[in-house]
Amino acid sequence: MAEILEKKAPAIEFGKEERKLLTDPLNSNNPITVQILGVCSALAVTTLMNKALVMAIAVTVVTAMSNAVTSMLRNSIPKQVRMIVQLIIAATLVTIVELTLKAVNYPIYKELSVFIGLIITNCIVMGRLEAYAMANRPWRSFLDGIGNGLGYGIILIVVAFFRELLGKGSVFGFLVIGNTSDYLINTTSSPWLSWYANNNLMVLFPSAMFVIGIVIWAHRAWNKSLVDIS
Amino acid sequence: MGDLANIFIKSAFIENLALSYFLGMCSFLAVSKSVKTAFGLGIAVIFVQSITIPVNWFINYVILSENGIFGIDLTFLRFILFISTIAAMVQLVEMVVEKYSPSLYNSLGIFLPLITVNCAILGGSLFMVSKEYNFSQSLSFGIGGGFGWFVAIVAIAAIREKMRYSNVPAPLRGLGMAFILTGMMGMAFMSLMGIDLTSFGK
Repeated sequence: MAEILEKKAPAIEFGKEERKLLTDPLNSNNPITVQILGVCSALAVTTLMNKALVMAIAVTVVTAMSNAVTSMLRNSIPKQVRMIVQLIIAATLVTIVELTLKAVNYPIYKELSVFIGLIITNCIVMGRLEAYAMANRPWRSFLDGIGNGLGYGIILIVVAFFRELLGKGSVFGFLVIGNTSDYLINTTSSPWLSWYANNNLMVLFPSAMFVIGIVIWAHRAWNKSLVDIS
Repeated sequence: MGDLANIFIKSAFIENLALSYFLGMCSFLAVSKSVKTAFGLGIAVIFVQSITIPVNWFINYVILSENGIFGIDLTFLRFILFISTIAAMVQLVEMVVEKYSPSLYNSLGIFLPLITVNCAILGGSLFMVSKEYNFSQSLSFGIGGGFGWFVAIVAIAAIREKMRYSNVPAPLRGLGMAFILTGMMGMAFMSLMGIDLTSFGK
């Protein structure tokens, strides 16, 4: 009955509310720096920038689609088994994304395979399903998923940029600042590129915590309304 | 018996799920504002972890493996079956907590259902598979892993309660400081990796 009533309202519209759903997660409601969702994968995939980019796209697709599907089914899911249903929806979509990536870009799939599987346990998917999709209509839930995926992706790219630049001296795999020891071996490379000693700490997990902490600091210094006053 | 104690100490301290592998960070950072709620969530994680790992051991070796009851290799179903077991267990814990401790239920909020997607739980089950433990070893590993996570979250909650009296720059207060503290605690726990437990037994 509830679904018949919903069909009367226009299914797809794009007004102020909808735009807010897309832009809020980029700034004042960012999944990583404000809602604290999806931190584990942000630590694991940010050692290289192209890994982070593919992960961000995969998470955006899974979050948007699982939000839409769960929102369509929300009136027929019993409260007691809702988590199992949500996880099975998420797991199905993750499998679809995983197989698609395997067919489209095999080398990146090889590099990411474990983490793509772990999108099932990425808190963003489950967190948005619980907090938004279970109480809202499919189209809005879909937009909410896209917005949160983008907000997650932005932080991922920023963190990966610093970790790859300082840890390996490269951006998207292109060498930007070379290692000093490389210069000593191959003196034909330009000397001004080779003054830096790679910082191996940046490749380890604790450095991701430090970089995200500093990103949060910068974000809150810029957006004063987020400052923790407690 | 010494073997089981070794696994317990190793999983609780040396290979701490939260501070060495950085698993389960979402709830670790969000619920560590006060020691009381951190304690409640830690106990819930110990409970879920020490039930799901033996149950998943059973699923992995009795149902999914080639020598199991079906006689065929079904390991591609591992993810979906493990996560269903975990979801069922967390749903059970949620119902119990809601009934017997409504105040804890309210303070944990969305992070109680999120234990399901706490990477530490699924990660623990997958480590159990990759380390090829037997049943009693996986039970010890489950309790140890949960206990290590519990120790880590109570420790950071205690530090964060003390941090309230420190003069931290305003934008860094709260979450930002929690990230940096976790990074530092992780670096401290990295030094424990050098301990060789086998030499204690001799």
